[in-house]
Amino acid sequence: MQFPTHARPRSIAIWTAVALIGAVGWSMLALYRDEEVSAAWMVAAALGSYAIGYRFYARYIQTRVLRADPTRATPAERVNDGVDFHPTDRRVLLGHHFAGISGAGPLVGPVLAAQMGYLPGTIWIIVGVIFAGAVQDMVVLFFSTRRDGKSLGQIAREEIGPVGGIAAVIAVFAIMIILLAVLALVVVNALAESPWGTFSVGLTIPIALFMGVYLRYLRPGRVAEVTVIGVALLLLAIASGRWVANSGLADTFTLSPRTLVICLVIYGFAASVAPVWLLLVPRDYLSTFMKIGTIVLLAFALVVTLPGLQMEAVTDFAGNGEGPVFAGSLFPFVFITIACGAVSGFHALISSGTTPKMIQKETQVRTIGYGAMLMESGVAIMAITAACVLDPGVYFAMNASPAVIGDTLQSASETISSWGFSVTPEQLAAAAESVEEESLLSRTGGAPTLALGLAAILADILGGDAMMSFWYHFAIMFEALFILTAIDAGTRVGRFIVQDAVASLHPRFGRMRATNWLPGIAFSSAVVVALWGYLLWVGVNDPLGGINTLFPVFGISNQLLAAVALAVCTVLLVKSGRLRHVWVTLVPLTWLAVVTFTASWQKVFSGDPAVGFWSRRNQYQDGIDADQLLPGAADLDDMRTIVTNATVDAVISAVLALLVLIVFADALRVCVRAVRNPDAVRLRESPHVPSKLVAPAGLIPTSEERAELVAAGLGPGGGIPEQSTGPRATAKAEAGE
Amino acid sequence: MRRAAAWLRWYVTELTGENAYARHVARVREADATAPVPSRRAFERERLERRYGDPRNGGGVCC
Repeated sequence: MQFPTHARPRSIAIWTAVALIGAVGWSMLALYRDEEVSAAWMVAAALGSYAIGYRFYARYIQTRVLRADPTRATPAERVNDGVDFHPTDRRVLLGHHFAGISGAGPLVGPVLAAQMGYLPGTIWIIVGVIFAGAVQDMVVLFFSTRRDGKSLGQIAREEIGPVGGIAAVIAVFAIMIILLAVLALVVVNALAESPWGTFSVGLTIPIALFMGVYLRYLRPGRVAEVTVIGVALLLLAIASGRWVANSGLADTFTLSPRTLVICLVIYGFAASVAPVWLLLVPRDYLSTFMKIGTIVLLAFALVVTLPGLQMEAVTDFAGNGEGPVFAGSLFPFVFITIACGAVSGFHALISSGTTPKMIQKETQVRTIGYGAMLMESGVAIMAITAACVLDPGVYFAMNASPAVIGDTLQSASETISSWGFSVTPEQLAAAAESVEEESLLSRTGGAPTLALGLAAILADILGGDAMMSFWYHFAIMFEALFILTAIDAGTRVGRFIVQDAVASLHPRFGRMRATNWLPGIAFSSAVVVALWGYLLWVGVNDPLGGINTLFPVFGISNQLLAAVALAVCTVLLVKSGRLRHVWVTLVPLTWLAVVTFTASWQKVFSGDPAVGFWSRRNQYQDGIDADQLLPGAADLDDMRTIVTNATVDAVISAVLALLVLIVFADALRVCVRAVRNPDAVRLRESPHVPSKLVAPAGLIPTSEERAELVAAGLGPGGGIPEQSTGPRATAKAEAGE
Repeated sequence: MRRAAAWLRWYVTELTGENAYARHVARVREADATAPVPSRRAFERERLERRYGDPRNGGGVCC
């Protein structure tokens, strides 16, 4: 594929208009200072920038840097076993890949980052995705496609070496444990003391069990059918939650955070030990459907209502680092907090696992890899918009810990008003009442805030104020559902890693690897659950507030994983003779390395006890020694808890940073060797096999691609010409057109 | 409208993998029209086992 040497006037006019729309959007967001800014400018800035990034930068990467080769058969075409490897229509694969990469991260991070105003977060979500996040996803997808769909860990082991490879696997495991603890903490904070939420989310378990049995025994494989039934039951569960919350059963479902932790730990263990068809698979279907459905609904509602942003563009917390939601200044912490919406290390695991085994053409990596990540970034933009639509006073009341704003409406209103965001106790009470919750004070974790913003936007077009509480609990359900699915799946992945690690310690433990030996499964599940359960317990019991402590650790770990993925990409670019273009991954890698190591350093060693774990530990230890209570602690037990938590957090942050340094050092060694002696480089690429498959690269075929499809007698989905005769291909072509 | 509904139906069945069985049967029968095919229940079990058997490679955990 070549760049056209003479661009057509029409194309120049269109792209100039797109650039202008984006530029106007950015100018309005950055410069408009009176009253509220319309979300329309947010949409314009985001969509304009995405379009330019996708059309020009992603295309440059695909054609010039990666030199994606349409004549080379992908693993899906070569292996095509009809199960794992199967050339999948690009439009279907885009949905599949997006469902795989999207999770709770881009919904939570931007909400927390909104404490610094809407502008810093929005800039990083958009700039970060164009130059870092989407590039990472696309490049990993490309290289994994060239290697039969091998995972990131396997590629790291083969192309870098055993030391870097093992460090990468340990880092992935540690990061996953932190992820699970933080996600679980978000759910706990959203469901604590909320009988409506607890009841309806609890009902998802029997619903999933029913779906599992239905799919296994009653009507195997009828996924769409059972999902429709499941979603209907889910909506019923949300509606019946209100009835339960107003009945005598309310007390039964009003659970404290500690009780919820115990429930979640038991649930995680059970889900990991139980067969997948019973719980995990149906939950997967349910949460995928809810995810895509709600995101589409929200995007529609946002574009129709175009609400005004109440939050300031940049608050004082961006400069002074004393924000109540998380401590630390704009650099590096806004980047750490946004995390998945701009660049996420976890996507590298999806881009290197399932998707490369299904892609039809190498030339589709831009559509699938870059395109899906732009959509994910769009979700993050919606989340930050939803948070900024709320009254800032309500936002801070929901996201500051009780150690800062106290636990009465009066004290919260006074503290928050003293920051310059005036809010009355009556306003806070009215906000809680509008969604039928007892209180919204210190509902940290981002989920309740997002749910409130989302409810306000959705109620604007569907149902008005009367539906506010339904939409609020709908949003809570939507987030809790896929967080619980992540907990199921994550515990299981962790279990496999533990089983494998124990089995390779000594030949006597070989039996641990067996996937049907119950004691082994139970033991390794218990290990994984205990690890994240401990961190969750620490977070729930932290007198200074769990989310503001744990979320930065999670953000750092996620961005470190992204840095590892970008380091692997950089090594591959160097080794495959693309040294001239190595800046494409080296620039975001350097940026992420600077951000994450600065953040790690500050979290461990900063002299400010609000930021640095070590100085917090010392401060409270000194307090204990002097028999003196410090702010946030009600008694000496609280003081001891704070000391233990700060120590644990400091150790985790330091160990993660060290692991990633090992990977970097090993990657650098391989790169230097490859540059010095290019002839000795051994690439583990699969051989070039000519491709027979015809398929367009983008979602909408170009006129040349359309002519090629017609000549080959294929529908818009593409396929292999000689195989595509017969009723099946015609039916597919008809349906696809 | 009807075409949109048909497209949506096609998209959903593709996305959920609901037509994996039909595709498999067609694949087997393409070579030999009398070849034995597994029952749907057996096929779906096998497929699930392969998809979730080892979750370490893209195990569906994301954030």
